[in-house]
Amino acid sequence: MILSSFILIPLIAGLLAFFIKQDQLVKGWSLLAALATLAAVLYSFTMPAAAEGLSYSRIWLGSLNSHFSLLLDGPAKVTTLLTAVSFVIIFIAIFKNSYADASQYFGLMLLSMAGLMGVFLASDALLFYFFWELALIPVYFLCSKWGGERRVPVTFKFFIYTFVGSVIMLIGIIYLYSKTPDQSFSWASFKQAALTAKEQAFFFWFFFVAFAIKMPVFPFHTWQPDTYETAPVGTTMVLSGVMVKMGLFAVLRWLLPVFPQMSDKMSGYIIVLAIIGILYASLIAIRQDNIKRLIAYSSIAHIGLMAASLFVKNDMAYQGALIQFFNHGINIIGLWIVVDIIERQTGISKMSELGGLAQQAPRLAIMLVVVALANIALPLTNAFIGEFLMFSGLYQQNVWYAVAAGIAIILAAVYTLGMIQKVFFGQRNEAVQVADLQTAQWLALAIIIVLVLAAGVYPKPMLELGGTLVKTMPLAVAP
Amino acid sequence: MNLIIFGGIMGVVMMFGGLLMKQKHQATLLATVLMLLLLAGNTWEMLHGPVFNIQAPHMLATTRFGLLINEILLAAGLLYLLVSGKDIEQVGNYVAEYYALIFFIFAGIGVSTAYTNLLMLFLGIEIISIPLYILTGADKRNLKSIEAALKYFLMGSFSTGIMLMGIALIYGGTGSFLLEKFSLQGAPISYNLVGGLLLILVAMAFKVSAAPFHFWTPDVYDGAPTVFTSFMATIVKVAGFIAFIRLFEGASGIIAGKWQWVIAIIISLTLLIGNITAVFQQSVKRMLAYSSIAQAGFMMFALFSMNNWGREGIVLYAAAYCLATIGIFAVLTKMEDYTYQGFNGFARREPMLAVALAVMLLSLAGIPLTVGFFSKYYMVASAVAAGFGGKFLWLLILAMLCAAVSVYYYFRVIQAMYFKEAEQAQPVLPVSAGFRYLVAGAALVVVLLGILPQWLLQFLYF
Repeated sequence: MILSSFILIPLIAGLLAFFIKQDQLVKGWSLLAALATLAAVLYSFTMPAAAEGLSYSRIWLGSLNSHFSLLLDGPAKVTTLLTAVSFVIIFIAIFKNSYADASQYFGLMLLSMAGLMGVFLASDALLFYFFWELALIPVYFLCSKWGGERRVPVTFKFFIYTFVGSVIMLIGIIYLYSKTPDQSFSWASFKQAALTAKEQAFFFWFFFVAFAIKMPVFPFHTWQPDTYETAPVGTTMVLSGVMVKMGLFAVLRWLLPVFPQMSDKMSGYIIVLAIIGILYASLIAIRQDNIKRLIAYSSIAHIGLMAASLFVKNDMAYQGALIQFFNHGINIIGLWIVVDIIERQTGISKMSELGGLAQQAPRLAIMLVVVALANIALPLTNAFIGEFLMFSGLYQQNVWYAVAAGIAIILAAVYTLGMIQKVFFGQRNEAVQVADLQTAQWLALAIIIVLVLAAGVYPKPMLELGGTLVKTMPLAVAP
Repeated sequence: MNLIIFGGIMGVVMMFGGLLMKQKHQATLLATVLMLLLLAGNTWEMLHGPVFNIQAPHMLATTRFGLLINEILLAAGLLYLLVSGKDIEQVGNYVAEYYALIFFIFAGIGVSTAYTNLLMLFLGIEIISIPLYILTGADKRNLKSIEAALKYFLMGSFSTGIMLMGIALIYGGTGSFLLEKFSLQGAPISYNLVGGLLLILVAMAFKVSAAPFHFWTPDVYDGAPTVFTSFMATIVKVAGFIAFIRLFEGASGIIAGKWQWVIAIIISLTLLIGNITAVFQQSVKRMLAYSSIAQAGFMMFALFSMNNWGREGIVLYAAAYCLATIGIFAVLTKMEDYTYQGFNGFARREPMLAVALAVMLLSLAGIPLTVGFFSKYYMVASAVAAGFGGKFLWLLILAMLCAAVSVYYYFRVIQAMYFKEAEQAQPVLPVSAGFRYLVAGAALVVVLLGILPQWLLQFLYF
């Protein structure tokens, strides 16, 4: 029951939020709902049964043999925790921002949170598909209504892109369902689906394309920079911090265990694709002048590394990827908060027009430097642990994977430090005025920095949360 | 089966009632009450058995499937009268006659969901069609309406002729008009039989506007008074499908493997033409006409796979499609401007109606949490369950990609409503609070059935 509350709290709070007419009240209400969800998540981790994974199941559609069944295992713990923490931080960070029709904005944000929680918890394929779409619809409205210039066509491109992926996946789900031994949508039956080699070869891609668009990995990424640039910043944080993890998480839950042989066979190609994406995105990020696009491309690079590690399928890479799920989410939200502060005050998102902001806003500068260093995985920051484990995992698989992906670290340092230099140091642009942090933003960034440092110094609890690969996917590990 | 008798009686009552009534809204009130009675009668028959028993062996047979479909269509008809009654009054001076014709159509629907004999099929389809020709031309002062009626009548007559020819050939092949004669496995196959079936297929494809026999649809739907377009595109179209499915339910064995190919080609053409043409429309009314062709492509899956999933799917599709399309048309009729720009800033003017319309459009596009998702889901699942997942995988992919294309034109309305501002201030729609609540209620049903479609499907069995 506690698991359904992860979904129900934001869902009900979101629906109620539409009817709260006072702006401050609805912001407080949303923050409260996010905190309540976080409390529920943390409480469920302390339950004695949580070590083995919690589950909950109810009949939903009897004649289809589909259940409302939820499962909280290692990867789900990491991602639900990420969702809950992220939304708390986001709601704090945008507390002072003013939105037209705030009740709708926050209502939709909470609905997308419910959808995300559902995606991470569902252990029934039809339910998973439901939430997969449910997370998308509120985001469509959020981006189209509150976004920047060209928001309607850009968001529409994003929507159509992901929708095409989803419907292709739906065919895969229906087909696999017909091949399960007991005609059921449950995760357990999907893993036992009797597929011929040819069917595996076909339907693997049906699922992979849907997930690859969502992540996004290299050839499917074109929607992402535009969307991140035009979406309202609060929603961009959700998109880049949490929603991209939907694709990665879905690979862990619905691709690797369901198509074990095929994902072994294809892992080489996919890793190469991911590494091309990492290098390509990093190189483009160096050339960007727009901070938002820079962060978007840097995100593609980081996601590519995680995708590659998931397909390596050894324990180290797996643990590294899982811990990085969480850390990447936190770090990128931190970056967006800083960008949002700068853009709201100056109206500028081009680095060439900014400069010397550190003199005006020293606290902001310190915060950004810490988050940026975490973004390039400096030791003592949280991302170091994750990336180190992932590189070791890649190294074990094939030295050249690690070498090629390793170049990305250098490139990440180039563009991230370049960004800090251009925005905060250098020649000051006199026309640009920036006030230092406000309390709410300061609080949000402070939480992020505490998380960055805490996980960087003492990553053990985080590693334990994710569990090991053998425990999560006994079938998927090659003997 | 009582629907046939009651529908006929209600039609006559309505006709003579019109003589006594001085004002138009009295006719609407009477029609609504009569429709409620019709619905109640059918509900009674479904739950407790017929009000009076008619024996019509070898002609008609009551089935649960037919009754449930009647129930859905009658409920849709009631919703239609409630939300669009005011607009029917606007069409012309003979309001009572329009309602009488609608009741006759329901009698025809009763025949075509219960027939077991090809003659009855012919009667049912004609009882539905002839009143429709009149309704299409109801707006006598509008040339477009008259043109549409004439076009519809000419084309409809052709298809009727083709159907009769088919029935005659089948009679020649089997020596009987009974469905069971050619439905039985191992019935002797002859050129007459196969030729007859193909001719009927063509005629029925015309009635449900499946490609390549769809050309009349956009013109007729566009030309007819919008209220009647709504009726034609939803209730009548679904009834046509039910007749179609009943006809071929057993016949698939005869033409065996080739049958699937014929239907698959019709489906893919219908989906492609419907969806791609709808993308280019500038008027929401014409877009809905093409979207009705596109949706017909999905409904054809029930014919393609011919199994229980398909039957359940068509039940859901009937509900999903009728609810959403009637709701959208009801709002569209009240608008002055039928283009997409007419919807600009609609969410500011009519927040509640905008939410309801958005839900209905999402349902037509097949987004989860609306019943439209499950109706599409069942259609695809029926094809996979029938074992066509391998050989006809291309068809499934095509259908799903077409569903993604449909998102494009349905979402244009949503974009106009929510994300674009009207250039000049537009007046508030001349609608009552009751109308808003009704449309919102229909949207709520769309969502509820989208979470628990089983609630509707259980009536097929219990």
